[in-house]
Amino acid sequence: MDNDKVIQVEGLTKMFGDFTAVDAITFDVKKGEIFGFLGANGAGKTTAMKMLIGISIPTAGTANVAGFDVFKQAEDIKKNIGYMSQKFALYDDLTVKENITFFGGIYGLSRNVIKEKSDVLITELGLQKVANQLVASLPLGWKQKLSFSVALIHDPKIVFLDEPTGGVDPITRRQFWEMIYKAANEGTTVFVTTHYMDEAEYCDRVSIMVNGKIEALDTPKKLKKQFNAATMNDVFLKLARG
Amino acid sequence: MSISVSNISKSYDAVKALQDISFEVKSGELFGLIGPDGAGKTSLFRILTTLLLANEGTATVAGFDVVKDYKKIRNSVGYMPGKFSLYQDLTVEENLTFFATTFGTTIQENYDLIQEIYVQIEPFKNRRAGKLSGGMKQKLALCCALIHKPKVLFLDEPTTGVDPVSRKEFWEMLKRLQQKGITILVSTPYMDEAALCDRIALIQDGKILQIDTPQAIVKHYPKQIYNVSATNTYELTNALKAYEYSHSVYPFGEFVHYTDQRSDFNPTELKAYLESKNLSDLVIEKTKVTIEDTFMELAK
Ligand SMILES: Nc1ncnc2c1ncn2[C@@H]1O[C@H](COP(=O)(O)OP(=O)(O)OP(=O)(O)O)[C@@H](O)[C@H]1O
Ligand SMILES: [Mg+2]
Repeated sequence: MDNDKVIQVEGLTKMFGDFTAVDAITFDVKKGEIFGFLGANGAGKTTAMKMLIGISIPTAGTANVAGFDVFKQAEDIKKNIGYMSQKFALYDDLTVKENITFFGGIYGLSRNVIKEKSDVLITELGLQKVANQLVASLPLGWKQKLSFSVALIHDPKIVFLDEPTGGVDPITRRQFWEMIYKAANEGTTVFVTTHYMDEAEYCDRVSIMVNGKIEALDTPKKLKKQFNAATMNDVFLKLARG
Repeated sequence: MSISVSNISKSYDAVKALQDISFEVKSGELFGLIGPDGAGKTSLFRILTTLLLANEGTATVAGFDVVKDYKKIRNSVGYMPGKFSLYQDLTVEENLTFFATTFGTTIQENYDLIQEIYVQIEPFKNRRAGKLSGGMKQKLALCCALIHKPKVLFLDEPTTGVDPVSRKEFWEMLKRLQQKGITILVSTPYMDEAALCDRIALIQDGKILQIDTPQAIVKHYPKQIYNVSATNTYELTNALKAYEYSHSVYPFGEFVHYTDQRSDFNPTELKAYLESKNLSDLVIEKTKVTIEDTFMELAK
């Protein structure tokens, strides 16, 4: 495998019965890149992401993620990536600390390491006061920042974020992107979906899916040029409905 | 008045979700509640749709008291809660039929109200709601809230998770519903949508910070905002934050919005500073205030 490319996808397809949700997509993602995975509702983003993280078996095509094959090495993929699902990814009825301990345990971290990570993480996120509160009681933005940190707890090579900032307020949304930048700066590859077009501008490269196919893929700057549009929002409006 | 709220307060144990809230929404008005998660918007929606009792204060909807006339309110309002209220194991069409039947109507009778949104999910009408994508569920939930042609429509974050094209269409549809005389109270985390309301209330920690037209709210912003860009946005943001005179620094798409503490701010000085931080391709230019800027300034 090309060392620089941490995700390599070719002709990846997913069918549900005779409905094609993901239609032969092909693309690469480089190490340390922030890759924006855009598309209209129902375009197939979540379905594609589930194949890449090894929890859904593709109907056809090939994909290599973090050096592992999605067909044969799904278990290795899970250990080497982090994932934040479109729905909330933590346990509402566990406290902040318990959630961290729980997920640290799943990834096989030792008790000492978990304790250490837990302290650092709670301090960095400013969650000291609520560390022993149930996650259910936290504002959405805090939960999302916490679940991002939890997705990174085992220092994965790649982190997959499915609409992490949906419904999050403007200030917290920006703090979330600072966390993304920081992770990318430290070498983690970030694969992210969003419906906020200002966030598309923060990505190194962006793909736009339409009805299961990738219809455009480039840097935000080049996409704007290609579609003769002033903003990514305009690019999206021109493309997304096919 | 279509909605009238007087001195409403609501607490859960120690948490004051709403503190002495008052406002009025005129008949046929499109009124926005703008605030972060946890600001109290959902509690307010639940009080106005008679699902929750306030500790203090009174409110009326379409002329009915939310406590005494709760049955009448339930028949004349539509409510789309933030969390899905769909039956996951019923199909798209069955969900819609269920809501229509409950209110003694049919899909055909009010089809014109939902058509624009419904056509996008109609190809999947035999699919179970549980298998729809996140945004498709939002669209179905909206159709369900509209199908009995309510006088007042309550929408709690209806476009969260909805893609930009559909959001645009969705707001065009709200404008058309408004023209049919429906009063709309809507909450949203998208600040560009706030600008499309007739009036908005900015709320935080259970209190109303400001109520006005979006145009007037933007005018109250105290500072000149500058668009700043450079080759590396991440480093630019860090450098701006470290600048001793910076007042606020927020990434805004391809630019960073910057305000300075000083009233006699000179962009040339800032440029020199950023150059000293090894930033290149610098652009610094004045830009217009948006609702998002105002909101972040108030929430600071
Ligand atoms: N288990 C399933 N069975 C049948 N159809 C499915 C299933 N899962 C997803 N789909 C369909 O596949 C298509 C793509 O769905 P997906 O969730 O991937 O979209 P998305 O791009 O993530 O959309 P959103 O932006 O709304 O989250 C949709 O039409 C959806 O209804
Ligand atoms: Mg999705």
